[in-house]
Amino acid sequence: MFSSLAKLGRYRALILTLVVRDLKARYRGSVLGFFWSFFNPALLLFIYTFVFTKVLPSSHPASMEPFALFMFCGILPWTWFSASLLESSNTLIAGGNLIKKVMFPAEVLPIVTVLANMVHFFLGLPILAAFVLYYQRPIDPLELLWLPVIVLVQLILSTGLALFLSALTVHFRDLKDLLGNLLTLWFFATPIIYSVEMAPRDMQWWLNINPMTHLMRSYQEVLFFDGPFGHQRWLLGLGVGSIVVFLAGYFVFDRLRDSFAEEV
Amino acid sequence: MKPAIDIINVSKVYRRYARRRQFATLKSALLDGSLLGDLKPDETFQALRNVSFSVPKGCTYGVIGSNGSGKSTLLKCVAGITRPTEGEVKVDGRISALIELGAGFHPEISGRENIFINGIMLGLSKKEVQRRFDEIVEFADMQDFIDAPVKTYSSGMYMRLGFAVAIHVDPEVLLVDEVLAVGDQGFTHKCLDKFSDFRRRNKSILLVTHSLDLVEKFCDEAHWLDKGVSKGEGDPKKVVAAYIMNVEDSEEHSLAKAEAARLAASASEVPQAPPPDVDGEKAPENPVDDAETTRDGFKATEGRWGTREIEITQVSISGPDGESGHVFQSGDDITVHMTMTAKEPMTDFVFGLGLFNADGVCVYGTNTNLEEFQPSEIVGECSVRFEMDRLDLVEGTYRLDLAAHKADGYPYDYHRLLYTFRIKSRVRDVGIYRPAHRWTFGGGITFKGGTT
Repeated sequence: MFSSLAKLGRYRALILTLVVRDLKARYRGSVLGFFWSFFNPALLLFIYTFVFTKVLPSSHPASMEPFALFMFCGILPWTWFSASLLESSNTLIAGGNLIKKVMFPAEVLPIVTVLANMVHFFLGLPILAAFVLYYQRPIDPLELLWLPVIVLVQLILSTGLALFLSALTVHFRDLKDLLGNLLTLWFFATPIIYSVEMAPRDMQWWLNINPMTHLMRSYQEVLFFDGPFGHQRWLLGLGVGSIVVFLAGYFVFDRLRDSFAEEV
Repeated sequence: MKPAIDIINVSKVYRRYARRRQFATLKSALLDGSLLGDLKPDETFQALRNVSFSVPKGCTYGVIGSNGSGKSTLLKCVAGITRPTEGEVKVDGRISALIELGAGFHPEISGRENIFINGIMLGLSKKEVQRRFDEIVEFADMQDFIDAPVKTYSSGMYMRLGFAVAIHVDPEVLLVDEVLAVGDQGFTHKCLDKFSDFRRRNKSILLVTHSLDLVEKFCDEAHWLDKGVSKGEGDPKKVVAAYIMNVEDSEEHSLAKAEAARLAASASEVPQAPPPDVDGEKAPENPVDDAETTRDGFKATEGRWGTREIEITQVSISGPDGESGHVFQSGDDITVHMTMTAKEPMTDFVFGLGLFNADGVCVYGTNTNLEEFQPSEIVGECSVRFEMDRLDLVEGTYRLDLAAHKADGYPYDYHRLLYTFRIKSRVRDVGIYRPAHRWTFGGGITFKGGTT
């Protein structure tokens, strides 16, 4: 396993090329092209602003204003996370031609999926930044230094899960459909459209064992909440957990690797 | 010297999961605990069994065999796409596999970008692709379309581009799986030239193909696989000849089986007193007339009818060696042997024979009446032999009509297209009949080779 993990470094050029290909191909043929990566989150933010200031103004405490911005801090990384998992569950089957007919390192495919979605996440960040400036939120530049760490933890976690899911879906096709529903459940079980404080007391324990809670909370603390970043311990703990998830995911992937060419 | 490819006792077993398992869900896997354990196959299929050979550097090595003989599996094992279940494959140097051309092409982006991506997938660096770019485009003959998205390409263009990229990876070992059929004549020649170029530079080619000509002309060595088992290797001419013999044998087998089935079907038909009206016309007077109506193809249905007062009980076709068979060479002496039984002594009888090609065209038809044999008596069990000294037919499948009837056409036993045999020929001439012939040339004309 570790020998094939070591090889991963050699596929950098391949991974990079495929990420670029994915991004290029996604918007090829549409008039606005790459701008969609900006517009999609911007439109989403407008919709949430409208719903939570005009339609449901009392859905949140006044201290959480602007609530749309709060939600946006969670939805943007969540979209990266859920799209990565959903797409990677299908990526080996979609790339069956490569696995069956060419000598091709299969793990590249889920990794590319996660990275391509990360680029979309990055393209959404300027929109987020624009709104932070517009609302004149006080942001501590030192706190912003945590942002790359949070992104890295999410990247490792997502990649580990993506490897695990992509390998299993080859054998259990039902997983793809199951996953869509599971992710919806997970979305509501994570403090994204509500904050940890807004959740009932007896739910706190449940929220704490959800790894995404800590990721989202970290994003929210850095980008939304005033005051110093207070979630380091949880975040670093999650970082260690993510590495374990990644290694476990890679282990399962490596074990099932030989069956891909026959099962896809 | 170290061989380019060394295949040592390679076996490959594919797992075939039973239906129940194929749709197994995650839940059942978790319950059975099979998720982390081995997925146990219910049934296995052995694609390769103890295959060993080695390809020296600079050698072009051909692998032949019928469909399902394991050729492609072998190539995939060498390419590293699948791992052999047992045994070992050692390859010295960079491999490029022409198995699926353009497998990594993305339809939405341009040919230019796809060349880069495909090149990198095949193990080149971006710079290396850059250096070869013009050559690749030139080879694929795609200068005008290189910036159009690949989805707009014709399948020929797609394949050509895939081929061009794969071959410009400049591998030490090239694996080719039946891909020469992709282009027009010109492109095929270009590919063959490229292969020759490879040979000159002491690189190795492993070629899997159904084109026996190509193996004979092009390969230094050949290997014949049959149902995953190695059946022979060595000089391409010898291996190809052995393979062709085997194909004839198996064709023989399948023709014999089909014939037995047809006979069984027609035997179950009840003997009929009145001649059957196949399409409302009178029963055929003799095989030649019958052939006239066959030409429009309406009456070309197989079957058996007649009163069986004289019954054709057994038919065999035999070649020069006197053994009965179904596959012969063009120009062989062929004998049709019929055994018949007359239930009571008869005085009015004619034996006839009609020979048809696969299009239903009568190649030849005759009977004893036409050749002015006057029947006097037939009693009990007797035999009829129809001997043809040279049956000079072109390659193809032929069928026989055999009949015993009265001079006026009243059928005793009529066997319609029940017997099939195949004629093989080394010459790909066309038509129905091959007259005995030779070519002679005068003046300043010279040829090499030639079969007549």
